[in-house]
Amino acid sequence: MSDAAPGRARRGAAILALAAELARDRLALAGLLGLVLVVVAAIFAPLLAPYDPAAQTVLARLRPPAWLAGGDWSHPLGTDHLGRDVLSRVIHGARATMLIGVGVVALAGTFGVAVGLLAGYVGGRVDGVLMRVVDVQISFPGILLILLIVSVLGPSTTTIVVVLAATNWMVFARVTRGAVLSARRSGYVEAAQIAGCRDGRVIVRHILPNLVSPLSTLAILEFTNVVLAEAAISFLGLGVQPPATSWGLDVASGRDYVFVAWWLVTFPGLAIMATVLCANLLASWLRVTADPQEREKRFARALAARRGRARASREGERTP
Amino acid sequence: MGGYVLRRLWHGFLVVFGVTAIVFVVTRLFGDPVALMLPLSASAEQRAAFAAEIGLDRPLVVQFAWFARDVLTLDFGMSLWQRRPAMEVVFERLPATLLLIGAALGTAMLLAIPLGIAAALRPGGLVDRLVVTLGLVGLSMPQFWLGLLLILVFAVNLRILPTSGSGTPAHLVLPALTLALTPLARLTIMLRSALIEELAKPYVKTARAKGLSAGRVFGVHALRNVLVGFLTLAGWELIVILAGYTVVVETVFAWPGLGLTALQAIQRGDLFLMQAIVFTIAILIVVINIALDVAFKLVDPRISLE
Repeated sequence: MSDAAPGRARRGAAILALAAELARDRLALAGLLGLVLVVVAAIFAPLLAPYDPAAQTVLARLRPPAWLAGGDWSHPLGTDHLGRDVLSRVIHGARATMLIGVGVVALAGTFGVAVGLLAGYVGGRVDGVLMRVVDVQISFPGILLILLIVSVLGPSTTTIVVVLAATNWMVFARVTRGAVLSARRSGYVEAAQIAGCRDGRVIVRHILPNLVSPLSTLAILEFTNVVLAEAAISFLGLGVQPPATSWGLDVASGRDYVFVAWWLVTFPGLAIMATVLCANLLASWLRVTADPQEREKRFARALAARRGRARASREGERTP
Repeated sequence: MGGYVLRRLWHGFLVVFGVTAIVFVVTRLFGDPVALMLPLSASAEQRAAFAAEIGLDRPLVVQFAWFARDVLTLDFGMSLWQRRPAMEVVFERLPATLLLIGAALGTAMLLAIPLGIAAALRPGGLVDRLVVTLGLVGLSMPQFWLGLLLILVFAVNLRILPTSGSGTPAHLVLPALTLALTPLARLTIMLRSALIEELAKPYVKTARAKGLSAGRVFGVHALRNVLVGFLTLAGWELIVILAGYTVVVETVFAWPGLGLTALQAIQRGDLFLMQAIVFTIAILIVVINIALDVAFKLVDPRISLE
């Protein structure tokens, strides 16, 4: 591993193998592509959106989507009560979702992994105290406490990121600690310690790589939780504040027009659902793929299914 | 058992203490309760008088001691919005929330069992794939959005159910269904995979080999073994709903429970009422957690209390 070039080559091959495996699972691939689409929409929103999301056109208020009577292709998904283009708002809304989702997961993940590493590696009293903090904080009344804190501090995107990170780091700490504890007992960590590696090196080179697969699945799942929480908080009016856009916020403002303009609540909500669904599909594939035991089960199931089909076709019950 | 309950009570005390400390730090050190609760038009004298009334002119240690005393005696002061003790409002609204949560979780559990079994009978089959896909879709739906869609379909287009409010059983249907979706999806997916795992175990083969009917193998042997995991997850769902998602659903359907009251308290700057709600829910969660753990221990001898 000390020689960089073969290591990189091997890693490249591993990534290629992983990509090939992903390509075989159509649902997971769709999930990944969907997420990429959301990221692209978030980054290039001003280029992709046909209009400024805040631009109001009084003459074109509450226009329905293009395929309905009264709609036209200048506003493909229609306009809202202020004549703002729904499509442009949905594209721009991806920014808040990605910024908050990725920001919270990065913040909470970094802090949680650090705490988990410390607790798992040092052990003893430090471990006891840290895990007690995790246990206690997990029993807090989540969203309600967040609403109280945000309402006192004043709602803004920064507040949301900090508060959601402060209430979501515990899972990362727990998973990390568990993985560290099992890695510590393994022969190779002991060997590294006997060989004289410093603690930092043991953690970074020998323990952290074990954490990559459980943590990446966890990070994606937490991302879905954060996206849903942000949408809910913004929907309640305590998250992203106008004039900024957020899908949750747009559903909230469309709520008053739900009887006359169904498209106002439908499209931003659809965007939230599609984003979270894509992440869930990717996560469930990753969870199985990164776990050798689950892989074995999947392999056995596929084999059994193939046999079952073969038998069925032999008996003439079903055509293959 | 006694020692275990004592340890859990200590843990519960730490939870309530933690919530107290956080609420105190956020409201007194980062926020300004006076600016939050009094209208902009309040004069400087009124502000000073209010600050003295809630003890803001005292040293922080004294303030915290008073605050902790209030929490311990469940005395959160007068609700500024309703002009009566905050706890009175809480006790008045709590039953509606519990009714909604009970209906939602009951629906979710009753539907999850047949769906999970149907999926587990033929892993990889059509029913299984359908259930798993729908489950993932259900997990991905924001509840407030689902609520609005249900209103659109059943109240606006079909006109068979009321849009919002409470009073008749018909008012309960849409909010309970909305609140049930996420737990239903999670419980079904969990039950499915636990059952598939359980059915692959040797004792199931033995039971089948000695000629027991599929219903008996399934209902008596396999289902019983996965039931504790299922109920544990259901308990966890109860806590998650209580801790927040009921706020969203109650707001969408104007259901007069604690969640809607919490949001109204925030909108009116009624900090005392909000604190009363947060602490009531925190204590409820602690009590439910202890009760569930003890109940599972009594039911299932495999669970160790350590």
